Amino acid sequence: MEELLKVENLEKHYQGARVPGTKKEVTALRGVSFSICARSTLALVGESGSGKSTLALCIACLERPTSGSIIFRGEEIAARPEEEQRGVRPKIQLVFQDPARSLNPRFSALEIVTEPLLVQGRSNKREREDKARALLAQVGIPQQKALHKADEFSGGQRQRLAIARALALEPKLLILDEALSALDCSVQAQISNLLLELQSLLGLTYLFITHDLAMAGHLADEIAVMEQGKIVELGPVEKVLRSPEQKVTQRLIMATPRLTDAADGLVVA
Amino acid sequence: MERRLAPHPDMTPLLQVQDLHVAYTSRAGKKSLALAGVSFDVHPGETLGVLGESGSGKSTLAASLLRLLPKNGKIQKGVVQFEGQDLLQAEPRTLQRIRGARIALICQEPSLALHPMLRVGEQISDVLAAHESLYRGALRQKTLQLLAEVFPEDPARIAESYPHQLSGGQQQRVLIAQAIACGPALIVADEPTAFLDPTTQQDILGLFRTLRKKFDLSLVLITHNPALLAGLADRVLVLYAGRVAEIGPTEKVLMLPHHPYTRALLRSMPARLDEPAKERKSRLPVIPGEAMDLEVFADGCRFETRCADRMDLCTKREPAAVAVDETHAVSCFKYGG
Repeated sequence: MEELLKVENLEKHYQGARVPGTKKEVTALRGVSFSICARSTLALVGESGSGKSTLALCIACLERPTSGSIIFRGEEIAARPEEEQRGVRPKIQLVFQDPARSLNPRFSALEIVTEPLLVQGRSNKREREDKARALLAQVGIPQQKALHKADEFSGGQRQRLAIARALALEPKLLILDEALSALDCSVQAQISNLLLELQSLLGLTYLFITHDLAMAGHLADEIAVMEQGKIVELGPVEKVLRSPEQKVTQRLIMATPRLTDAADGLVVA
Repeated sequence: MERRLAPHPDMTPLLQVQDLHVAYTSRAGKKSLALAGVSFDVHPGETLGVLGESGSGKSTLAASLLRLLPKNGKIQKGVVQFEGQDLLQAEPRTLQRIRGARIALICQEPSLALHPMLRVGEQISDVLAAHESLYRGALRQKTLQLLAEVFPEDPARIAESYPHQLSGGQQQRVLIAQAIACGPALIVADEPTAFLDPTTQQDILGLFRTLRKKFDLSLVLITHNPALLAGLADRVLVLYAGRVAEIGPTEKVLMLPHHPYTRALLRSMPARLDEPAKERKSRLPVIPGEAMDLEVFADGCRFETRCADRMDLCTKREPAAVAVDETHAVSCFKYGG
C-alpha cells in the first residue's frame, strides 16, 4: 500500500517566551515517527497537552518542526523554504473543532468555499462558483442556502461547510482536529457518514485527531496514542482497543463513558 | 458499586416543574417556542439527567428555573415549585437569595464564566460574600476549605491563580467550588464536561459523585451525550424540541428506549469501542433531517417529520405522556395518548 505520509523523528521545542508562567523550553514533540497509507485513516488520540495539535500543525506546514522529517508523497516537506511549502499546503488541509471560530460568520457559504480558490488564484469567477456549488452539494448543503451567511447555519451544517472548504483545493490528506467533538451525538453520526463517503469517493486519507475513542474505533484503520509528545502505542484499531499495552491507552479506554454503564441499574456512589 | 435508592413515591419533590412554556422573540419579531410544556420533578438526593441536543431547549430550561433568560426570552406559562414557593412568581429579592445559594447553576464553558482579571480565590469569596455575612478571616478560611473539596492538593496555590493559568478541567473544578459554596440543595450543570478530554471528564464526573454524597445534593445534569448519564444519573429526561419525549430510570431509558427519537439517537452512536471489522467504517443509522425550526408552530408531534414510526395522527395533535410502567413515561402515540 502506498505510503502517503511518513513522519520520522519529529521534534518540536518551543522557547520559553511563548509559554508564560512555565519554565524556559517546552518540548511539544519528541521523536515522533509513523506513517499513513493512502486512502486510510489514522486516529491520533491522547490527553490534552499530549502534542496532537502541534503534530497536526507541523504536518500541515503551519509550524516548523525543530528537527526530523515529514515526507509527503515521497518528498520531504518540513525543511522546505516558505515559498515551496505553498505548493504543498493545498494538498494537506485542516478541519478544526469549532466551525463557529474557523468560518467567517459574515461570509456566505459560497464565499467560504470559493475563498481558497480565490487565494490560490485559480480559474475565473464562473468556474470557481461552479466548483463551489458542486462541493456544497457533495457535502449535503442545499443549493438554496448557498448565499446564507455562515452564522445562519447549524453546528453540523457549518462543519459540512468547513469540510467543503477543505476539499476546494483537492487535497490528498485531510487532518481532522477534533472535527466532530463540538457536535451533538446524532450530528456526529451524519458527519461521520459524510467523511466515510468522501473518503471512498475521492480517495482521501485522514488523520483523525480525537478524544473520542468510540469514534476513533469506528472511523479509523489504525490508531496512534500520544503521551507527552511521544507516540507510545501504534497499531490496527481493533488490536489497540481490545488489547491495549500501554497504561495511558488503558486509562483512556477506561475513561470512555459507555451506554452499558446503565445496564444493571447500578450507579457508582 | 452501591445501589442508590429510588426516591420514595411519597417524598415531596425538591423541585417541581409544571407545564413550562418559554418563547423567544427574534429581532425581526419572529417568535419561537423553545419550551412547549415541560413538566418533571427532582427528588431530594436525586440526579436527573436531561438528555438534549442543540435546539432541544436544554439551556433554556436551565436558565428558566432561575429566571435568567435573556431580554428576548419570556416565560409564558408554568410553575417552578422549589422549597415551598413558585420561583416564577417570586419577588426579585427572594430570587436573589435562592440563586447561587439554594440552587446553583454551572454553565457551559468555564472560561467564559470566570472573570479573567480576578484570582480564583476572590471569585469564590465573592459568591460567599453575596449570601453570607462572614468577616474577612472566615471568608478566606471557607474559600480554602471549598477549594480543598475540589483540589485536594494545594488549594492555596489555586486560590492565588488566575483562570487562564488553569487547565479546562481545573477551571471546571473552580465553577463546582463556586456552586457548592453556600450549601445549595440543587445544582444544575449544563454540559459540565464539554471540551474536556476523557480522563479529565471522568475526574469531573467522579467529583460530582463524591460531592453529591458528601453534601446530599440533588443534581440536574444536562448533556447531549447519553453515555455520560449512564453511570451517573438516577433518571433520564429526554428533551426534544422543547418537549419531554421520555422520562424514566436511567437503565430503562438508555437500555430499553421507547420514544422513536431516543431509539434513533442511541442507534446512531457507535455501539462499542472495539467494533468488529465489518461494523467499522460502516454507515451509522442517522436521524434524517435536522432539528426542527422552532419558529414553525405545527399542531402535531414535533418529532413527526423525522420519525420512522410516524402516523397520520402525529400531525394532528401533540401526544400526551403515557405510562410505560410506574416509573417510565413516554410521549408518543405508538403507546397510546
